Amino acid sequence: MTAGIVSRPDRLGRFGIFGGKYVPETLMSALEELEQAAQQYQQDPHFQAELDRYLRDYVGRPTPLYLAERLTEHYRSAQIYLKREDLNHTGAHKINNALGQVLLALRMGKKRIIAETGAGQHGVATATVCARFGLECVIYMGVEDMARQELNVFRMRLLGAEVRPVSAGTGTLKDATSEAIRDWVTNVETTHYILGSVAGPHPYPMLVRDFQAVIGRETKQQCLEKWGGLPDVLLACVGGGSNAMGLFHPFVEEPSVRLIGIEAAGEGTDTDRHAATLTKGKIGVLHGAMSYLLQDEEGQVQEAHSISAGLDYPGVGPEHSYLKDSGRAEYYSVTDQEALAAFQLVARLEGIIPALETAHAFAYLEKLCPQLTPTHRIVINCSGRGDKDVQTAIKHLQGG
Amino acid sequence: MMTVSEKFQHLRQRGEAALIPFITAGDPDLETTIVALQALDRHGADFIELGIPYADPLADGPVIQAAATRALQRGTNFAKILEVLEEVKDKITAPLIIFSYINPILQLGVSKFLQQIYDRGARGLVVPDLPLEEAAVVLQPAAEIGIEVTLLVAPTTPQERMAKIANHSQGFIYLVSTTGVTGMRAQVGKRVQKMLEELRKVTDKPIGVGFGISQPEHARQVIAWNADAVIVGSAMVKRLHEEGVPSMAELCASLKRAIKWEETIG
Repeated sequence: MTAGIVSRPDRLGRFGIFGGKYVPETLMSALEELEQAAQQYQQDPHFQAELDRYLRDYVGRPTPLYLAERLTEHYRSAQIYLKREDLNHTGAHKINNALGQVLLALRMGKKRIIAETGAGQHGVATATVCARFGLECVIYMGVEDMARQELNVFRMRLLGAEVRPVSAGTGTLKDATSEAIRDWVTNVETTHYILGSVAGPHPYPMLVRDFQAVIGRETKQQCLEKWGGLPDVLLACVGGGSNAMGLFHPFVEEPSVRLIGIEAAGEGTDTDRHAATLTKGKIGVLHGAMSYLLQDEEGQVQEAHSISAGLDYPGVGPEHSYLKDSGRAEYYSVTDQEALAAFQLVARLEGIIPALETAHAFAYLEKLCPQLTPTHRIVINCSGRGDKDVQTAIKHLQGG
Repeated sequence: MMTVSEKFQHLRQRGEAALIPFITAGDPDLETTIVALQALDRHGADFIELGIPYADPLADGPVIQAAATRALQRGTNFAKILEVLEEVKDKITAPLIIFSYINPILQLGVSKFLQQIYDRGARGLVVPDLPLEEAAVVLQPAAEIGIEVTLLVAPTTPQERMAKIANHSQGFIYLVSTTGVTGMRAQVGKRVQKMLEELRKVTDKPIGVGFGISQPEHARQVIAWNADAVIVGSAMVKRLHEEGVPSMAELCASLKRAIKWEETIG
C-alpha cells in the first residue's frame, strides 16, 4: 500500500522526486530542529489553541466565502465564489504562515527573525507578527521589488523591521531568498527564518502548506454550509504557490474537485520574459529543493518576469511540481495584460481591488468559464488586496 | 595525476600540511585562469580547488559571488572550463578539485559531468549544497569514475552526524570553520580547535579547514591545531581580481611558508 497524498512529503521531505534538502551542511541541524518542533507543536493542543485564538482575534479569521454575483452574471457560466483572504489583517494570506511560524520560533527560543519578500506581502506579515511579539526582524527584498512596492517597504519600516536591499543578480525575490538563506547560515543559532512560500528545503514546503491549509479547511466547511457539497473547481495563482497549496491541500484527495493553478506568463510564454515555471521550466534545484525551474541548459537559473512582484520567481514549490506531474492539478498561465484586465474587471464589478498576483487567477475565468455551466461552482482564492499595486497599475493603465 | 587520497598520503609521509587555494574559473577571464592555475601549482599549492561559476551561489559571500558574476558575464561556461582543464592538466602536479553547486551537475548529467572533469585531470569534487542525505546521486557514479567527493562538516553538525559524514567523505573532510558563507574574517574562531578534536575522534581521514581563512597566521594556527590542510578561497580570489596573478601567487607562497614554518617549530 502506498501512503495517501495527504501524508506527503515522505520522511526525507520528498514529494515523489521533488523537494529534499539541498542546503549547506550548516543548516541541516536547524532544519532538523524545525521539523521536530513543527511535529511536536502541531500535535500540541495548547499550541493549536493559541494559533487559533490569534487567527481569530488578530488576523480576523475565518475569512468569508463570498458569492461574486456580478462576476458570475458577467460570465454567465459557473457560480463564482471568492475565498476572501484579502480581508485578513495585513491584506493577504501571508499572515497565516507568518503567525504560525513566529509562534514556533518563540517556542524554539529564537529571538531574531529573518524573511525574504517579493511583493512585500510576506515581509509585511512577518514584520507585523514580529512587532506583535517583540522580536527583532530583518527583511530581505530585491532592489527592483523595493522600487515597485514602495508602499510595502514603508509599511515594514513603520512596523519596526529593518528592510535590507538586495542588489545581487536580478534584484528580485530569487536574490532576496538567497540572501536570507545566507543570513540564516551565518546566524542560524539565534535566528529563525520565516520562509514565505511552500518552497525551500524540507520542512518548509510542508510547514508553510500546513499553516496555509486553514484556507482550504475553512473553504470546505463553508461549502458544506452553503450548498452541502464540494466545489467543482478551485482556482488560485501560483508564484512559489503558498496560497494555492493552502486552498488545495484539504481537497487533494477529493477527486471530483479540479485544482487549477495559474502562473504568470509575463509578456508571453513564447518570449523569454515570463515566470511560468511549471509550464516552461525544467527540473532542477533552487533554494534547497528539487522542483521545476526556469534555467538554461547549463543549469544557470534564468530571470523571471511578471508585472506582479509576488509571482516573479523562477522556481515553484515542490509539491506543485508533484501535483502537476501526477496529473492531480492543472497549471496554466496568463499574461501581464490579461491580469491587468482582470484587475480592472473585478474592481468594477465587485468593488474589490485584488492584488495583481490574485488578478492572474481571476484572468483565467475567461478561459475556464466557457468550459462550465451554471450548475458548477468555482472557488477562487482571493489571496490579497491590490492597494499595494495601485502605483504599478497607474503606470501601465495610463501609459498604455 | 594522483588522487586526492594518494596526495594526502604522500604529504603525511613527509609530515607536511597541505595548502588548497581556490579560484573561480573564468574570473576575470579563462586565459587568466590557465595562467593562475599554473602559478598556484608552482607557488606551494598542494591541491587546487577550481570553482565553476554559478549565478545563485548560496554558500558564498560577496567576494566569490562577485567573481562568479564577472566570470558569467564574460561568457564562461562548462565547455570552456573543460578546455581550460585540458590545457593545464599536463602542466600542473597539484590534483584539481572542482567546486560546483549541484544544479549545474544535475543539468549536465551527473555521470557525464564527472567523466568529463575526470578525463581532463580533475580528481576531487566539492558540492556545497549537497548534504549527506542528498549525496548518493553523486557519490555512486563518482566512485565508479574515480572522482573523490569531499563532504562538509559544519560547526552546527552534531558529533554522531560528523561520524556519518566522515565515513562517506572521500579524499578528505572539509571542515567549515564558522557558521556563515565563504569570506575573509579577522580571525579563526577558537571553536575550530574543539571541532578538530571532535572530528579526530571519529575519523582518521585527512581534515581540511576552510571558510574565513585568509592570512598566513590563520593558516599557521589551524595547522597548529592539527588540521591536515587549509583551504583559502576569498582571499585568493580577491588578490587575483585586485592585483593580478603574481600577487596571488605571492599570497599562495606566503601561506605555504606559514604552514611549513609551523611544522618546523611544532
